[in-house]
Amino acid sequence: MRAVEDRDGKRRLGRRLRYAAVFAVLAAALVLVVILNINSGSVRIPPGRILKIILTGQGEVKEVNIIRRIRMPRIMMSAVLGGALALSGFLLQTFFGNPIAGPFVLGISSGAKMSVAIVLILVVGRFGAVSSLGLVLAAFAGAMLSTAFILAVSRAVRQMAGLLVAGIMIGYICSAVTEFLVTFAEDADIVNLHGWSQGSFSGADWPSVGTAALIVGAASVCVFLLSKPIGAYLMGEAYAQSMGVNIRLFRMELIVLSGILSACVTAFAGPVSFVGIAVPFLIKQALGTSKPVVVIPAAFLGGAVFCAVSDLIARMAFSPTELNISTVTSVLGAPVVIYMLIRRRR
Amino acid sequence: MEKSYLQLEKAAVGYAGKALISGIEIGVKKGEIVTLAGPNGSGKSTILKSITRQLALVGGDVLLDGRPLAAYSPQELAKKMAVVLTAGMRPELMTCRDVAAMGRYPYTGRLGILSGEDERKVDAALQMVNAGHLAERPYGEVSDGERQRILLARAICQEPEIIVLDEPTSFLDIRHKLDLLSILQRMAREQGITVVMSLHEIDLAMKISDRVICVKGASIYACGTPEEVLRDETIRDLYNLESASYDALTGSVEMAAPAGQPQILVLSSCGRGIPVYRRLQRQGKPFAAGVVYTNDLDYPAAVRLSAHVITAEPFAPVSDAVYSEAMEWVEKCGRVIDAGLVTEGGNRRLADLLQRAEELGKLESTAGKVWTV
Repeated sequence: MRAVEDRDGKRRLGRRLRYAAVFAVLAAALVLVVILNINSGSVRIPPGRILKIILTGQGEVKEVNIIRRIRMPRIMMSAVLGGALALSGFLLQTFFGNPIAGPFVLGISSGAKMSVAIVLILVVGRFGAVSSLGLVLAAFAGAMLSTAFILAVSRAVRQMAGLLVAGIMIGYICSAVTEFLVTFAEDADIVNLHGWSQGSFSGADWPSVGTAALIVGAASVCVFLLSKPIGAYLMGEAYAQSMGVNIRLFRMELIVLSGILSACVTAFAGPVSFVGIAVPFLIKQALGTSKPVVVIPAAFLGGAVFCAVSDLIARMAFSPTELNISTVTSVLGAPVVIYMLIRRRR
Repeated sequence: MEKSYLQLEKAAVGYAGKALISGIEIGVKKGEIVTLAGPNGSGKSTILKSITRQLALVGGDVLLDGRPLAAYSPQELAKKMAVVLTAGMRPELMTCRDVAAMGRYPYTGRLGILSGEDERKVDAALQMVNAGHLAERPYGEVSDGERQRILLARAICQEPEIIVLDEPTSFLDIRHKLDLLSILQRMAREQGITVVMSLHEIDLAMKISDRVICVKGASIYACGTPEEVLRDETIRDLYNLESASYDALTGSVEMAAPAGQPQILVLSSCGRGIPVYRRLQRQGKPFAAGVVYTNDLDYPAAVRLSAHVITAEPFAPVSDAVYSEAMEWVEKCGRVIDAGLVTEGGNRRLADLLQRAEELGKLESTAGKVWTV
């Protein structure tokens, strides 16, 4: 008995160390990728001058602008939205009790994209501008519309496979509507729209980073505060209910928070695929646990690293030509999802 | 009369406002073990789900500790009632201890982080279900029996006054069934925890329950102590047993007796006939059994499996009438199997039966060998 207790004690200590190691590695990776990102671009600026620009703001005007107005906000944006994507996916996986759920595969991102496209073309065409907050609201409305559709289907179709097919179909419908609008929109309106509808972190500026950080930050704190009921929900709805979780309210919270997070991503960067599925999975494997109280912050960090790395690849792989962010996240994320599927079959 | 801890008053249960079973009147006292028995699909789970508030009541009322169930907040109810359910997810990357620790949910803070005291209670609960050694094993990888014990530990962690279990013994082998039920019995006796569960093993229900509630069709079929409820006829009716039979006293189940005119006589005593009866049943051969005292172990099985039983009253040598009846059967049957008939003491003349069979060349014996037909 003594020996068993000692062994268990050691294992528990080992687990704590493992959590700490994962967080340390993620933090280090984030710092590293930020440095790499600032350091690379089609205009070569030596590290010494970059450091000086960041710390003092002094330097050649063109270089200061590249660093402070282009590269830095873009990195921040990719990190913040990456974290948001990972959490959005994590919430949907909790909701559906299935690790393959995510905002992109369920068509929620596409719904948000369609609704942003409509607002851009109709409102911007008529009134000239729309605030980033307005875009987030539009994206949220679109995300909720898709979600409502998915929920209606999930009532009729119990298995996940049917649900995923429905999600992919709604994704196609929304994309078709978006393409239709883009095709018939005035040329001036779609200058940015085309790039955005494919997904990209380019063109991020400080005000939009601020808005995104505020929304994502607030939503992420709410998600973290939900870690206790999310943990109970891992055992299934009936158990969660018996432990005192208000199921209706809780499910609503999951859907709304997930919608806000993915809407925010779509409004600022367009649809970004697979991060929401791949990152929570990888993080759980790295931590060796599903406990939400550790998984949630780690998934946020992991999503940030994943998207910052993807953005670096998107910018640099075929520089000066930029890739869509989804091109990179798909190449990195889809194999992870396939691996998950194969593993589940066994 | 002692007050009921859980009281169902004219309760109607069902789905989507449609009553499946109505007029349920059950009163369960504190520390009692009450079992819902009945065939598959009879609505046992529906009643349990209504008690745990997973389903809204269609009509009537459920009182828990004197208060209507609906008046409890989710947190209040979670501190009074815990559940063990058949269906449940198997979360990945969670240890058995993690799962058991979830039971502390109603007592932990905003983020659900366990205090030292919580940790001790989780350990104690795991010890109680003899699962201390499983603590750090992945929950998804333990056996069904172990998983069921972990789920019970989870419920114990919730420190409930009442525990509701939906077919907790399904998928378990006999040893794990008994282990689980013993733990429940201990909880009820030692800690006064009320246990309400559904079981489809009627024999186990009878042995562990203070009261049994039989559910069939649209109402409660019968309700009372096991002795009152679980009579042979009740069970035959409850489960629509037409061919096979159930012995309520011993909890033994026998297949239907082979039909037809018996051509074989089995002579035995002291329970030695049972294996022979069962083998003949499997082969579909009708037989007569004798000479069996009504208090012999062979008797209940003989009554259920044979076409005719030559019966003797206990505590006396067999009467002349029984002796001659047995002799008639020896003459009549084509084969006589001696499965170990006692021909000592007051019953020396029973040896005549064996001798007569021997003379007729009909006698087969199972003594000292593996018996084959």
